[in-house]
Amino acid sequence: MALHLDARPPATPASRDTRPSRAGRLSRIDAKYSPYLYIAPFFVIFAIFGAWPLVYTFWVSLHEWDLLGSDPVFVGADNYTRLLADSDFWHSVVNTLGIFVISTVPQLLLALWLANLLNRQLRLRTGWRMAVLVPNVTSTAAVAIVFGVLFGREFGMVNWMLDLVGIDGIGWKSDRFASWVAISAMVDWRWTGYNALIFLAAMQAIPRDLYEAAAIDGANRARQFWSVTVPLLKPTIIFCVIISTIGGLQLFTEPRLFHSGTNAIRGGPMRESQTMTMYMFENAFAPYYNFGYGSAVAWLLFALIAIVAAINVLIIRRLGAGARPDNGKRTGGPR
Amino acid sequence: MSKLWRASPLTYFALIAAAGLSVFPIYWMFVVASRSSDAMGQLPPPVTPGGNLGANIARLFANTDAYFLTGLINSAIVAITVTASVVLFSTLAGFAFAKLRFRGRNALLMVIIATMMVPTQLGVIPLYILMTKLNLNDRLPAVIMPALVTGFGVFMMRQYAGQAVSTELIEAARVDGCGTARIYWNVVVPALRPAAAVLGLLTFMTTWNDFLWPYAVLNDPENPTVQLSLRALSDGYYQDMSQVFTGTAIATLPLLLVFVLFGRQIIGGIMEGAVKA
Repeated sequence: MALHLDARPPATPASRDTRPSRAGRLSRIDAKYSPYLYIAPFFVIFAIFGAWPLVYTFWVSLHEWDLLGSDPVFVGADNYTRLLADSDFWHSVVNTLGIFVISTVPQLLLALWLANLLNRQLRLRTGWRMAVLVPNVTSTAAVAIVFGVLFGREFGMVNWMLDLVGIDGIGWKSDRFASWVAISAMVDWRWTGYNALIFLAAMQAIPRDLYEAAAIDGANRARQFWSVTVPLLKPTIIFCVIISTIGGLQLFTEPRLFHSGTNAIRGGPMRESQTMTMYMFENAFAPYYNFGYGSAVAWLLFALIAIVAAINVLIIRRLGAGARPDNGKRTGGPR
Repeated sequence: MSKLWRASPLTYFALIAAAGLSVFPIYWMFVVASRSSDAMGQLPPPVTPGGNLGANIARLFANTDAYFLTGLINSAIVAITVTASVVLFSTLAGFAFAKLRFRGRNALLMVIIATMMVPTQLGVIPLYILMTKLNLNDRLPAVIMPALVTGFGVFMMRQYAGQAVSTELIEAARVDGCGTARIYWNVVVPALRPAAAVLGLLTFMTTWNDFLWPYAVLNDPENPTVQLSLRALSDGYYQDMSQVFTGTAIATLPLLLVFVLFGRQIIGGIMEGAVKA
């Protein structure tokens, strides 16, 4: 540096000295603060349209608050106490849980089985994956309408096929349990392939030599599946169960469009398949426009999702804990 | 990977059954859409296409209860705007979380992951009140604005940028005098392009498909999204099912088209997202 300074006219090094430092300061400011600029859009938009509504729903739920009426009146926990004594609300809770259970359990078991099939040497590998995923990329509203027709009482294809094997027509829309089954069929049709692909991805990450070791130990294919594949898939299974819980308990489009006409938002004339979200809509919007009451339903739905998700995780932890020592014993035993 | 179990004929039989069940309702939707309305009353139900598709489409677009064409245009506007916004903001934030150091990074990332757990139902009523105050009820901005960013998108881009964007390249660009903005544009965006495409496809499909929030906020029957047009069609008092099915088929078509063109990438995206989650 010193040599260079001596060799060159004094003007150049002087400007050289200040220029990098100004640029350096700028780039330091850039490096320090620009990250906030990049993440700001998410946080600003989410604060307005995601976080604020979350808190505000709770505030609304503490009021007598309707769309057309005068100013909201603070009523404290009134909406909640009324709701806990509201048989239509509990009816929708039971419907939601019922549909959730009879859709999620078969869906995840089927998805595991399907993933196991897809995890083999297959011709047309991508073709099979696309075929099982195609239900997931259709319009939910369209599918709900189509299934509504397939499960029609008089001319529905499902009843026609049941008739062929000698089963009398089922009132898929007027019988409570039957309507749960029909809606669950719709949900399973849509999501089984999606979950299968997630399981498949996790299966492919399992080292092959684990299976070879199990085979040497004398485990047959089924035993390998339950003692090697399933325990190692536990994190993925928990992930899928939680995703299905959140989705399954929020069900709205399918049951809403499964029924058409005047009782649609009630899920049939006797509320056969009215879910909690539908009940929230019925109260918050047409015909009642009671925002306070609807908001209380929304918060109880949120609470239910949290509770069910927690129970699910506990159950799966248990199951996994049962499988792991079993595994350890097996590999430890022969040695 | 190479030592997979061989597939037996039984495997193929089961897969054919699964694929058949998956595809049949969609296929049948197109069958009914191409037939006259008395197809619904026939037993056994028809399973081959008829020649009535053109007439059904004409009747559908002339139906003054459904405003189907408006619905299609509205859905296209909403889905394209939302997709562009989600991809832009997710790549920006994902890059920052993966490759830049700043105070509070980990805490803020946890916030983003937590946002993915919040059910949309919880926000419907306050958002409706907000949109009423902003005078946006019954208008498309009300549908678009809450969807402009997603926690899922940021998280996905952050995971991908972590491995796809080389830190050496970023440092080299910095030494050469690039600001972070230019690094984003010239280094990060090209590296993120494949994942951004998948995010864009998934976002487009979700947005096109959305029903709950548009149903709450768009009450003007003359200004629906396509899914709301379907609701109007299926709730109608007449039972012109071939017309309704023509509607469901057309509403599904853009999604199927995207899937046929980019299915491989979508499957890759779903499976990749799962491994890291």
